[in-house]
Amino acid sequence: MEPSMTHSLIILAYIFVLAVFLGFQVISKVPALLHTPLMSATNAISGISLVASLVLAGGRYDSMSTILGIVAVAAATINVVGGFLITDRMLRMFQKKKKQKVSHESGMD
Amino acid sequence: MSLEWINLSYLASAILFILGLIGLGHPDSARRGSTLAAAGMLVAVVATLFHHEIITYQWIIIGLIIGTLIGIPMGLWIPMTKMPERIALSHSFGGLAVAIVGWVKYFEHLGHLPRFSMGAIGFEILLGTITFTGSLMAFGKLQGILSGKPILFRGRNFLNALIFIASLTLLVILIWDQNHPLYLNILVALGLILGVLLVLPIGGADMPVVICLLNSYAGLAASATGFALENNVLIICGALDGGSGFILAMLMSKAMNRSFSNVLFGGFGTAGSVAVKGGAAKSIFELSVSEAVEILRAANSVVVVPGYGLAVAQAQHVVRELADLMEENGSDVKYAIHPVAGRMPGHMNVLLAEANVPYEQLVEMDEINPSMETVDVCLVIGANDVVNPAARHNKSSPIYGMPIINADKAKTVFVLKRSMATGFAGIENELFHFENTRMIFGDAKSTLQGFVAEFKKS
Repeated sequence: MEPSMTHSLIILAYIFVLAVFLGFQVISKVPALLHTPLMSATNAISGISLVASLVLAGGRYDSMSTILGIVAVAAATINVVGGFLITDRMLRMFQKKKKQKVSHESGMD
Repeated sequence: MSLEWINLSYLASAILFILGLIGLGHPDSARRGSTLAAAGMLVAVVATLFHHEIITYQWIIIGLIIGTLIGIPMGLWIPMTKMPERIALSHSFGGLAVAIVGWVKYFEHLGHLPRFSMGAIGFEILLGTITFTGSLMAFGKLQGILSGKPILFRGRNFLNALIFIASLTLLVILIWDQNHPLYLNILVALGLILGVLLVLPIGGADMPVVICLLNSYAGLAASATGFALENNVLIICGALDGGSGFILAMLMSKAMNRSFSNVLFGGFGTAGSVAVKGGAAKSIFELSVSEAVEILRAANSVVVVPGYGLAVAQAQHVVRELADLMEENGSDVKYAIHPVAGRMPGHMNVLLAEANVPYEQLVEMDEINPSMETVDVCLVIGANDVVNPAARHNKSSPIYGMPIINADKAKTVFVLKRSMATGFAGIENELFHFENTRMIFGDAKSTLQGFVAEFKKS
């Protein structure tokens, strides 16, 4: 393995390990109340694989790769679009007491 | 845009993602957090569109349109009771996207991949395919397409271990000499099979742990992609997602007093577990709706303990209606939420929030238990094992040691239940036979509607 390769691998490993520690710190502070929105939010964030799929679908590759690229872009986009929309929809529902009294008469659905 | 600028944009989006997750630490800042994370995603996607390897946009646009058209209904119209199914399904999409990226990357660069990229691609494909089929299985079980019961066969753990070792062996061979496309395709097949086999033996009530673990796998797969493409933002997001899923899985296991390995390989609640049966039929006290409402009228404090049955009966709105009536009547109403109530972490909180229950009234188990003795009525709706006192004292019970909500300590306990059938763990609940327990049989929703009608009569 050439030296630059090893070097960049080590930097990537640094980033990964530090991000894991940061993630543990940040996520353990999320209250149980918000665990479902947390899951849908991290799900949307992991749709970041979209950036890799984009290069695949738009790259100079054969038709097989392009078709698979489109599938990958679509799958990741579902997670990004659907994930952030549903997270926001859920979080909008978490209300404090005051607001509830206003919507009190709105009835059932 | 040069690669440097793209990377700087990725740094900005990573910062936005982290700020977004910090925002999720409190209900008041959570919505802003989610918006920040979405902005981070937009920055990353726009920057990527300037990548020099992208030469045509038509296929990208088609993919984005398809994804958006499916994503919008999945975000806006899926009912809150279907959240676990929806989350499971999106994990499978995530796994699929990552596995495809890895597979294409391998064939495009076959023969020129550095060993470490080959290793990263191998892990990416393995984790991606396991997540893909595993999440589809979880979805099938939650949706009822597959039986929610654990499906067990002899030697399953041995078979799983064998497949896992075979996968790792193929991976090592490929890292050594990558010119074996057949081996890579076998690796894909093994990952797909492993995903199915890993979720097959897991029962419905253990789904919270499994969904969290699949969340974690999806994240780690994204991180592996980041290693393969030397893309920092993928590594960071994958690590955050992987860490989040892992933490949640640990919390869920802890709330069931079980280890990971017990959840994953145990096949809980089947032949092996000890059924705690009393000799003669024990007495129960049944109560009519009007009698129950009389007691609720006199109660100063009421604690509602919701379980998966509440979600099945879609009774969250009528619970809130009843709670409103009781509050107008001067009672103090709270909801006690067990960490594993429902089919995913926080499931009950979301359902009740949907019914406009203010979040201050949603109280965690550890917070409510010390004051349970002062509660006049504890209303157990569709929950069973999480209120079974056997978990505290009966060492022969399969759920012994599991933290429970001490519903039995309340002055009076109402249990709303369809029948005397046992819960997921297949254990009889001794709470139903306590002297302070009153059973009210029937569908939770119609019983609660009866409560509301009776309450309004006076």
